Amino acid sequence: MAYLDHAATTPMLDEALEAYLAAAREVGNASSLHAAGRRARRRVEESRERVAAALGARPSEVIFTGGGTESDNLAVKGIFWARRSASPGRRRLVSSAVEHHAVLDAVDWLVDHEGAEVGWLPVDAAGRLAPETLRAELAAHGDEVALVTAMWANNEVGTLQPVAALAAVAAEHGVPFHTDAIQAVGQVPVDFAASGVSALTVTGHKLGGPAGVGALVLARDVAATPLLHGGGQERDVRSGTLDTAGIVAFAVAVEAAVKGQQEYAARVAALRDDLVERVRHAVPEVVFNGDPADRLPGNAHFSFPGCEGDALLLLLDAQGIACSTGSACSAGVAQPSHVLIAMGADDDRARSSLRFTLGHTSTQAEIDALVTALPTVVDRARRAAALRTPR
Amino acid sequence: MIDGAEGGAGTLGWGRERDGVRVLAAMSGGVDSAVAAARAVEAGHDVTGVHLALARNPQTYRTGARGCCTLEDSRDARRAADVVGIPFYVWDMADRFHEDVVDDFVAEYAAGRTPNPCLRCNEKIKFAAVLDRAVALGFDAVVTGHHARLGPDGLLRRSVDIAKDQSYVLAVLTRAQLDRSVFPLGESTKAQVREEAARRGLAVADKPDSHDICFIADGDTRGFLAGRLGEAPGDVVDALTGAVVGSHTGAYAYTVGQRRGLHLDRPAPDGRPRYVLSITPKTNTVTVGPAEALEVSSVRAERVVWTGGARPAGPVGCEVQLRAHGDVVPATVELTGDTLRAELGRPLRGVAAGQAVVAYRPDPAGDVVLGSATITA
Repeated sequence: MAYLDHAATTPMLDEALEAYLAAAREVGNASSLHAAGRRARRRVEESRERVAAALGARPSEVIFTGGGTESDNLAVKGIFWARRSASPGRRRLVSSAVEHHAVLDAVDWLVDHEGAEVGWLPVDAAGRLAPETLRAELAAHGDEVALVTAMWANNEVGTLQPVAALAAVAAEHGVPFHTDAIQAVGQVPVDFAASGVSALTVTGHKLGGPAGVGALVLARDVAATPLLHGGGQERDVRSGTLDTAGIVAFAVAVEAAVKGQQEYAARVAALRDDLVERVRHAVPEVVFNGDPADRLPGNAHFSFPGCEGDALLLLLDAQGIACSTGSACSAGVAQPSHVLIAMGADDDRARSSLRFTLGHTSTQAEIDALVTALPTVVDRARRAAALRTPR
Repeated sequence: MIDGAEGGAGTLGWGRERDGVRVLAAMSGGVDSAVAAARAVEAGHDVTGVHLALARNPQTYRTGARGCCTLEDSRDARRAADVVGIPFYVWDMADRFHEDVVDDFVAEYAAGRTPNPCLRCNEKIKFAAVLDRAVALGFDAVVTGHHARLGPDGLLRRSVDIAKDQSYVLAVLTRAQLDRSVFPLGESTKAQVREEAARRGLAVADKPDSHDICFIADGDTRGFLAGRLGEAPGDVVDALTGAVVGSHTGAYAYTVGQRRGLHLDRPAPDGRPRYVLSITPKTNTVTVGPAEALEVSSVRAERVVWTGGARPAGPVGCEVQLRAHGDVVPATVELTGDTLRAELGRPLRGVAAGQAVVAYRPDPAGDVVLGSATITA
């Protein structure tokens, strides 16, 4: 079995799993006033401090959530609502065309239901949003904008955005800047304060923690209207009984991922470079997508001309090789990736894509398995795709 | 079409299983295809499950749909694949389905004929687009939950469960298509299939059968056609007197043999019910007449497929069926080029152009499909 889909989810780190089990055996609601509650609260607050320290934030800026999608929704909708309440003229959202659906769909929802306007900013052929593009948008619409949101690293093609430069442009116009850093934390250096962003999304299961727990790091001076109302557990911005065990394990994983980032990135990037070179050798026509250098260390993304990604995936899966077409699903039906389309790919190239992502358990043997299987798989997928030609 | 050069052509019929054959199980989300997939696994095949997404916009089929392509069906198929223990994928066949089945359905009605979309879907989608793709991807055959027998002799036969028999809608399949098809349910009744599904822990064991045309969610074929073809008012004419006896909003909405929904202004002179005898798209006329005028004692059909042995040089005595679940009558069938002519042993009513004539050879081991053709007159 070759697991080449770490960007979808990566195995939990042993220390995170152990921390989870230890905490899950303890009783205590972190909001309770008795000793058991205080013990739970203490574990949560220690975890908050660990996450804050690892990400260059203050503990009070860390809001624990139910994961990346919730954090993105809280940032996009919550900051939009708060900004619009404060100044009704600020109804415009600015975002890149290559965001994850957790951001895209939240923005679209605000447009459809809350009278928001949106400026989708184009990216270059590598998937990068240029600071000048944002500058031009804000020069034209700066005083209408409630929020700028742009991801730190693209989940499909792995391209890194110039987040600090983008955040600086937003700051010039006094506009809060949110970044979805789900794919970035533990892969590349991420420092909340140094980056100048106002809000940052991170989630557990992409960096060796559990799924269903994450955080929104939200600068203290940025207001957000809650999505979830109730006990007000998290700074009155997020309600819901705190998942103590999940938060503890999340913090352990964030700390470990950030601490080991440099060594990890060097090891995984070397494996990735080997994968890229050997895939190119096995299938010379492949197109490598995303920025060749300024990208996530574990990400390799290709288009295989004349193939359909879902056929490749099926055939590789049958050989025990797990990868992703990287595209969104509705009813399980693959749509051409909006990321590749935004990068200028046509429908065929977008549909012919596969994403291979490495992680902390990746080995050379997994790459060997992929490269061995690939020529036959590509040949078969090509024959299948040829049937699609109009009759 | 199908590449028959490699793999298990001719060796895959149910009853002569061999190990190591890679088969693709088309899983609709219903009980039949789930049990078919399970049996294929048990027979030692390497099985992969595929659900065909046929709706261009799944949302439009989400509520109240009873067809074979809702999101709920997709989830049911996925759960069945989990229980059976096979990989599962969704294949997007929406464009092909719309071109080859839905558009064809509309065009056929517009031309005054009565298509059978299930038959067309088998011919063009399940055992063509899907099978071709499967073969290209290295599969040897497609497994479906159709109730029909396909034995070691390669002959297609009726299911043991005559009430559920689907050989009629499979009779359009060519030799090459049949050679790469596996129907594991032909020897079982529907009741046995449901029982087995329950025994296997498949949640779809008591899921109701689908009846209606899957792409017409509310079952209103006339409304669906009106939406596609627009209203086209015209006359309803009595065949005997030539008199205009009513009006309609689109001749395409009528089917030969139809009695209900004619809304005639005047009763017929003899006071007896009137039936649709024919539809003439050119003049947008629906012609009605008495029941006996519906009787047909011979049919002409085109696009002949003959899989039940060597193509006959002269007339063949056999039985024919002219629509799904329709009467079976003795007949003499003769092939000339791509044309089939059937002289019926007794007249049949409600024979509609666009339906298939399927010829069977009676057989105690299951009536054998000899061939089929599309009725033109």
